[in-house]
Amino acid sequence: MKNGKRLKARKISQLLELYPFLTTFFEDNLINIEGKADLTISELLSTIDEDELEDKALDVEKLTTNISDYIDQMIEFLGEDGNNGVAKLTILPGRNKTGEDENFDPIEINKSEIISIVGPTGSGKSRLLADIEWTAQEDTPTMRKILINDELPDKKWRFSSSNKLVAQLSQNMNFVMDLTVKEFLELHAKSRMVEEEQSVIDKIINEANKLAGEKFDPDTPVTSLSGGQSRALMIADTAILSSSPIVLIDEIENAGIDRKKALQLLVGEEKIVLMATHDPLLALMGDKRIVINNGGIKKLIKTSDEEKDILSGLEKMDSVVQGMRKKLRYGELLSSEDLMKENKNA
Amino acid sequence: MNLVTFSGPPSSGKTSVILKTIKALKERGLKVGVVKFDALSTDDDILYEKAGVPVRKGLSGALCPDHYFVSNIEEVVEWGKGEGLDLLITESAGLCNRCSPYIKEIKAICVLDNLSGINTPKKIGPMLKMADIAIITKGDIVSQAEREVFASRVNMVNPGAIVMHVNGLNGQGAFELSTLLYEKEEKIDSLKGKKLRFSMPAALCSYCLGETRIGESYQMGNVRKIDMNGKGQK
Ligand SMILES: Nc1nc2c(ncn2[C@@H]2O[C@H](COP(=O)(O)OP(=O)(O)OP(=O)(O)O)[C@@H](O)[C@H]2O)c(=O)[nH]1
Ligand SMILES: Nc1ncnc2c1ncn2[C@@H]1O[C@H](COP(=O)(O)OP(=O)(O)OP(=O)(O)O)[C@@H](O)[C@H]1O
Ligand SMILES: [Mg+2]
Ligand SMILES: [Mg+2]
Ligand SMILES: [Zn+2]
Ligand SMILES: [Zn+2]
Repeated sequence: MKNGKRLKARKISQLLELYPFLTTFFEDNLINIEGKADLTISELLSTIDEDELEDKALDVEKLTTNISDYIDQMIEFLGEDGNNGVAKLTILPGRNKTGEDENFDPIEINKSEIISIVGPTGSGKSRLLADIEWTAQEDTPTMRKILINDELPDKKWRFSSSNKLVAQLSQNMNFVMDLTVKEFLELHAKSRMVEEEQSVIDKIINEANKLAGEKFDPDTPVTSLSGGQSRALMIADTAILSSSPIVLIDEIENAGIDRKKALQLLVGEEKIVLMATHDPLLALMGDKRIVINNGGIKKLIKTSDEEKDILSGLEKMDSVVQGMRKKLRYGELLSSEDLMKENKNA
Repeated sequence: MNLVTFSGPPSSGKTSVILKTIKALKERGLKVGVVKFDALSTDDDILYEKAGVPVRKGLSGALCPDHYFVSNIEEVVEWGKGEGLDLLITESAGLCNRCSPYIKEIKAICVLDNLSGINTPKKIGPMLKMADIAIITKGDIVSQAEREVFASRVNMVNPGAIVMHVNGLNGQGAFELSTLLYEKEEKIDSLKGKKLRFSMPAALCSYCLGETRIGESYQMGNVRKIDMNGKGQK
């Protein structure tokens, strides 16, 4: 409640000028401020009569703390630079499922790096992602420890709702909100309180259109986007509008988007990208890969030059498969020539 | 014994989250039991039983389940002590947006789901506003953007609460939640003298008492009339 004292003296009109985000706060808390600009917070709250308090289930004391808590949180949030300043993430060893110590040198991951995580089913890939999200401090089943910028992580990474360390790309490819692309992005931008909303929205739509096969325009309802378009919009939005400096991807399947460009977009926005995958194409797109077995990190492997060549080969094979998929979809017959043919606009 | 109250709209994922969380607590050697409060029927007790969790259920019938909760919570605590539980969890279906089963000094958790729409947080009353922890489920079926927007709406009506994302299906986040539920030093022997976080309205009208006839002369007690002239209540 750093603001407690300062808030007491101020009028609503002054507060709204200083903290425009309070308008939505009052709305969402069902407090009518119309015609009450000259009152202070406590005067405002005292104009609400007993019946209304009871009707709307309001609690004056709780509201007073909430307003001041909320302002503190927003000031802190708005004060941070875009990426909340995470330049480096470090994973320190813990132990595997059978309790043996993990045997690896601290793994340092810098911003703009892509790390893939590989290992058999049930080996602990998702657990590692969860350790990072929770900034584990020897208090998870793996006993691992996570450092941020070489230091013990701030508590805010665990508990604040606006300063999340990690954004996670959903496996699901459909939106549930019934809004157009533009309205949807406006809503997200408002909740993140970005300045220059319009240019950010344009940028996202533009980037998303580069990732998806067929273009869409801002007035398309998000629920009628194709799987590939939805996925493209989700990735572009996460890259550009999410405040989280780290992006986790747990099994992103091939969904009619250019996955390589998608990863480049994410790291281009100075994010750290970690992805758990069983897909060789994705695994090799990482700069490095973490190998997990029996709950423990076995190795950290740097993607070799030979592997990078293999990756381009794999991409060609992938494109052949895409081409066949397309033909089948349009009722065509496949011929053995198709095995050679790359699909140019997969 | 510790006591934690879970509440949240129907089908928001309370049971799924509680079950995954209990799994993590059991691994720490803690004995956990659940009492489920609902209005007309529930099969949650079967789910808990299947998972080997001691369980009791209470159906409030025609009463508001939260009113019923307060009138019975003492007995529930006695049961938990008798079972030798380390942690007693109550699960209440938040059927009444006006009431909440939260008690001062007893950890209160509200479970909401991402699918319920971004205007849900402001529609839910004390059940969300008075909670210590707000859990958001079903993040797997919405986008990162939708999760962020929903969480910011939750934060707006209860900035003091810890907001956590837990997946009721795969348990993501449940271990993390489990670390916030049990404190060794905490000992609840009885709730006598403790207070509700928010008063519950009596809301008694003749229809609550079984009246079925329609017409002004049958309406008694706490009756409120809709305003058909204006645009409705502000
Ligand atoms: N996709 C998805 N489904 C979930 C998640 N959590 C719960 N569910 C599903 O949602 C449905 C309702 O979950 P429950 O845990 O029974 O919800 P509840 O709040 O206990 O419901 P009541 O006690 O009946 O009010 C079930 O079909 C769950 O499998 C989640 O995180 N993701
Ligand atoms: N070091 C560890 N110590 C104890 N338990 C662990 C450890 N690592 C992982 N586990 C547990 O093992 C289980 C399986 O791990 P996880 O779900 O992370 O596997 P996964 O690699 O993601 O599997 P999939 O490929 O099927 O998604 C989880 O319950 C997890 O908590
Ligand atoms: Mg997994
Ligand atoms: Mg339930
Ligand atoms: Zn009620
Ligand atoms: Zn009634």
